[in-house]
Amino acid sequence: MPSINIGFRIIVAVLFIIPLISVNLVYAKAKQAINIAYLTQEQNAPPPVSNLDVFIKNKGVIGAELGIDDDNTTGEFTGQHFNLKKIIVPLDGNFVDTFNKELAGKFEYVVINLPSEQVNQLADLPAAKQMLLFDVATSDDALRNGQCRSNVLHLLPSRAMRADALAQYMMKKRWDKWFLVVGPNQEDRLFADAIKRAAKRFGMNIVAEKTWEHTYDSRRTAQSDVAVFTQTDDDYDVLVVADEQGQFGEYLDYRTWIPRPVIGTQGLIATAWHRTHEQWGAVQIQNRFKEKAGRWMEEQDYAAYLAVRAIGEAATRTGSNEIKQVKDYILSDAFALQGYKGNPLSFRSWDGQLRQPVLLAAPRSLVAVAPIEGFLHPKTELDTLGYDQPESQCKWDK
Amino acid sequence: MSLKKKGLSLYLLLVAAGAVHAETVFVTLEKDNALAVVDPVEGKLIKTVPVGQRPRGIAISPDNKFLYVAASDDNAIKIIDAGTLKEIGKLPSGEDPETFALNPKGDRLYVSNEDDSMVTVIDVAKKKAIKQIKVGVEPEGITVSPDNHWLVSASETTNMVHWIDTKTNVVVENTLVDPRPRAVSFTADSQQLWVTSEMAGTVMILDAKTKKIIKTIKIEISGVTADKIQPVGVVIDKERNRGYVALGPANRVAVINAKTLEVEKVLLVGQRVWNLAFSPDQKRLYTTNGTSNDISIIDLDSQTVTKSVGVGNYPWGVAVKP
Repeated sequence: MPSINIGFRIIVAVLFIIPLISVNLVYAKAKQAINIAYLTQEQNAPPPVSNLDVFIKNKGVIGAELGIDDDNTTGEFTGQHFNLKKIIVPLDGNFVDTFNKELAGKFEYVVINLPSEQVNQLADLPAAKQMLLFDVATSDDALRNGQCRSNVLHLLPSRAMRADALAQYMMKKRWDKWFLVVGPNQEDRLFADAIKRAAKRFGMNIVAEKTWEHTYDSRRTAQSDVAVFTQTDDDYDVLVVADEQGQFGEYLDYRTWIPRPVIGTQGLIATAWHRTHEQWGAVQIQNRFKEKAGRWMEEQDYAAYLAVRAIGEAATRTGSNEIKQVKDYILSDAFALQGYKGNPLSFRSWDGQLRQPVLLAAPRSLVAVAPIEGFLHPKTELDTLGYDQPESQCKWDK
Repeated sequence: MSLKKKGLSLYLLLVAAGAVHAETVFVTLEKDNALAVVDPVEGKLIKTVPVGQRPRGIAISPDNKFLYVAASDDNAIKIIDAGTLKEIGKLPSGEDPETFALNPKGDRLYVSNEDDSMVTVIDVAKKKAIKQIKVGVEPEGITVSPDNHWLVSASETTNMVHWIDTKTNVVVENTLVDPRPRAVSFTADSQQLWVTSEMAGTVMILDAKTKKIIKTIKIEISGVTADKIQPVGVVIDKERNRGYVALGPANRVAVINAKTLEVEKVLLVGQRVWNLAFSPDQKRLYTTNGTSNDISIIDLDSQTVTKSVGVGNYPWGVAVKP
């Protein structure tokens, strides 16, 4: 009896397991799956300054979708398939719980579109240690320096990169006397810090600095207030505004005491992406995005697109979906990502920041692309923007 | 005296002979909506004629009777009489045509539809699109092998060249290449395909049999940062002695020894050099220089730039009529 039993078991094993193996083999041959998660949390709409720019709820996610489409077009020819799982945490939801429940152990590549204070809360979770997180929302310099994490890559330019881009252009124009206006929020102060660092780096002179206060005084109007506010003892060339949420910056232009251009977070801005950008094939992706989204591509969309494309590029080049191989390739010298900004994009090995040109844009015209011609660097001129290797305070072992 | 006279008449004879053999160079002017007509021997712009909105790609029929011009913002390929320079018809190109390729016989025209990730096959005689072939994201460079076996399309964002059998119009093989491939060009014997990568600053030589990269040439120029070296247009001479590569914002053309596959020298031309074309006798090379609004004429015997001719705003494509 036992021998029959064993024989029966073997037959069962042969009948059932062999087909399973062969099916698996066929499947593996046909498609290698690369699973990517996109995690974001609903945001409160900020108070609008005007009705011109409607609040966009889905910034980022459509960029990720376009990236998946592009990855899969490549995948059709290489036998890889890219899947995107989108998770949107409700306004009152707990993103850590969602992360642990929905993503832990299931995904290795996670695109995160979250405020800066949430990035390291995720990165430090035990489940995140085996992951590679792609931050597509923050510009925070601390997250790229003392607070950096080895499992996080940053797609958007840091505040330092943006401020350096503006400073390079101002230096070229010889508009070197700056009047800095800082908003009341913490982000505004961080942007102002980056501006001050850039001014020092490029020999600009901040001749005056004032903080803008929000009050409910009915005597205050933009017309009267800005004129008074912008009077200084020293003459200046440009008014540099640090107002990341756009609460007052738009009111400055044409209302200053003396006629001076506005740069910074309003007026001439430093950005990763802008609707006025058309060069280097940018028209194509602007068109493709607009067709898909019915609106212009925003910075977070561009960042999410690049994050998903970076995973795709590394998976295609290595022929692998293993996180170690993909991450090693992304951080290697061989990695070159097409970002529609002329130069190939790559990640800085010392802080995980995406190395990229920064656009200097007015509302309806692309004014310049930094690095500005003439700012030289021994390795790549892109590293004239932001924290270069010797200045970085990022230690990967954290 | 008589000797001098003889010399003069001989000179006149040569000039006259030169005039007979001189070719005409046609240059599309992207921002002038026009076609520039240049006498390259005299080094003169003869005239410019209107040619449709945002003209870019250009080719001449094998019998030299027709010019085909991609008028991107008109969403059509215009057929222009190469003698009268009058528009005599249109081909249905799909949206925003930029680059296209004509087969050696001149009866099929293949258009890259960048926004749709497609290649459209057009029957030239019937003026009809007969097939759309799905390729990678943002197809740009496109060419047909001189033996008419392969149609090759390069997709800029997928970073591949797709090998399409011209008999079946089906993609049969794909080669992964360096980032943002721009131009593709076969050698006259159809044995090699040269592919430029704008992002990596390289030229890759592919074997047409194995579809594999035989050699990747990284172009480096002292005094020019790697970021600026963005290879675009590429042509190889008939004898396969040398290949020439336009380097975009590096403002130079690289001369590559096609036997050793090494860069021999670089020639300084106009700004943002994009496309290249040989004279019919392959003694000269013409380059379109996008932002300096001129073309450069390179003498290939001496390997020197002999002239630049101002042609108009944003010269893009170039075709030569013998």
